[in-house]
Amino acid sequence: MTSGVLNLVLKRLAIAVVTLLIVLFAVFFATSMLPGDTASILLGQAATPEAVAGLREAMHLNDPAILRFLRWLLGLLHGDLGTSYANEMPVAALIGGRFVNTMELAGITTLLSVPLALTLGITAAMLRGSLYDRTVTILSIGVISVPEFMVATLAVLLFAVYLKWLPALSSVNEAHTLTDLVRIYAMPVITLTFVISAQMIRMTRAAVIETLSTPYVEMALLKGASRGRMVLKHALPNALGPIVNAVALSLSYLVGGVIIVETIFNYPGIAKLMVDAVATRDLPLIQSCAMIFCLGYLLLITVADIIAIMSNPRLR
Amino acid sequence: MARVAASPRSFLGHSYNLVGVVAALVILAWTLIAIFAPAIIPHSIGDIVDDDYFGPMRQGLWLGSDYLGRDMLSRVLMGARYTVGISLAAVAIACFSGVVLGMVAAVTGGWLDTCLSRFLDAMNSIPSKLFGLVVVAAVGSSIPALILTLAVIYIPGAYRFARALAVNINTMDFMTVARVRGESTAYLIGSEILPNIIRPVLADFGLRFVFIVLLLSGLSFLGLGLQPPLADWGALVRENIGGLPFAAPAVIIPSLAIASLTISVNLLIDNLPQKIRDRDT
Repeated sequence: MTSGVLNLVLKRLAIAVVTLLIVLFAVFFATSMLPGDTASILLGQAATPEAVAGLREAMHLNDPAILRFLRWLLGLLHGDLGTSYANEMPVAALIGGRFVNTMELAGITTLLSVPLALTLGITAAMLRGSLYDRTVTILSIGVISVPEFMVATLAVLLFAVYLKWLPALSSVNEAHTLTDLVRIYAMPVITLTFVISAQMIRMTRAAVIETLSTPYVEMALLKGASRGRMVLKHALPNALGPIVNAVALSLSYLVGGVIIVETIFNYPGIAKLMVDAVATRDLPLIQSCAMIFCLGYLLLITVADIIAIMSNPRLR
Repeated sequence: MARVAASPRSFLGHSYNLVGVVAALVILAWTLIAIFAPAIIPHSIGDIVDDDYFGPMRQGLWLGSDYLGRDMLSRVLMGARYTVGISLAAVAIACFSGVVLGMVAAVTGGWLDTCLSRFLDAMNSIPSKLFGLVVVAAVGSSIPALILTLAVIYIPGAYRFARALAVNINTMDFMTVARVRGESTAYLIGSEILPNIIRPVLADFGLRFVFIVLLLSGLSFLGLGLQPPLADWGALVRENIGGLPFAAPAVIIPSLAIASLTISVNLLIDNLPQKIRDRDT
């Protein structure tokens, strides 16, 4: 790796850090715009003005916003996420177990959707223009064009209502055997896999088709290489960068997907926690959940960009 | 229809194929429904007209009844008003602001361009649904607040697209000539840049409209979008989700309405003549 690539990568990382700061700032200010005074909400309607003023003082609500933002940032660095308003538990404790649940859901979905999407995307590109290719393309455009909750409701209709294979709702606590576990995860994972794969298939197909139209692939064809050899030996290694990039970008759609999927299937993850927190206006909880999601999203996008830089032979 | 099927057809100097024409007709139909909904609904949207809830499709209640026994057809037709209206208003604001900012940034360059691009790129890296959740928690879900929220979320994308196009135009000779003539920034972006990027910008307008419809429906589905008694298509799915185990039409039809609109817009853009769709005009 030359210093040129290293410079680009470092620059990309610096941009990611600046972006993260701006995003944290935006999240903090959006949540401090919440209507109503937090202190009087916490104390209820019967609170005396003195009590409200005292609590405001204790919670540093009278300080200028920038000071509160810096204090919040400092707390984050120490691993202190604050205390939930709704049930007075530390946010870190509330998030802990649910974070693991969400990561499990995201992990299983990734393991399933990446091989599936790559296979479909690459084969569709190889058989470009065939009935198979057109079916895959139309299906993936269809899935991208509809809301995630529609994919979820259709999955419930198909697997739970008509085929009666799976339960419509999942509850991780009731899982005792392996079969239970599979039945519980199946529906959310199927829905998420559909949503993520559709994006990945489109991007993978586009990347492979672009490589297939390059002069060196044409050269391989003219030399008499078989179709499989042409794709696997000549096109794929060069399309690898764009494909990995597509995978990382598609995985960032998981963030939007889990919010809907966890809500519709009542899955105890952080996305469900956040939607509930928005409903109860639980400020520190919203901030922390939003931060976790933005962090994950930024991480995936940065990784995608760095891979794109590293895989570009002209920069290497 | 047989006449239309003889594709590609020529209209206004562009050729259209069958898929594009059908998609355009579906979009036109939903637009007309959104405008004339109050005049054509068979029942008032609040009236309970069925003794049963989640009633099936039958004569008089063409799309069945919802979880309270209200006429589903009327509710879906009225829902079109909110879904199409709010999304259209939001996409108009988002594209107008984004495109103007993008052109100004490209023409002006320098620190304004750098700051604006950095800031909007950062906004772009907040997942849209998350952004929506946080902002809706902050400013509430009244219709004006929703329109502004959706618009703000999609300004960075429109900005990025328009700026990338405008930067290319900005290097052309006629831009240098116009600058030497001493034209103002307003003239440069209005008379020199805009006419050259307007067609890809309009295609982008359509795509962004789809994103906004999907996000609005998603927010309403989470119960954070349009609040009862108003109901857009996303909210209709949410309130009737209890009918899912019986495969009630009340939960399927609003989803299909969303899908018909978004897929049509996507197909229309995909089937536009290359001349309009291409990034470089």
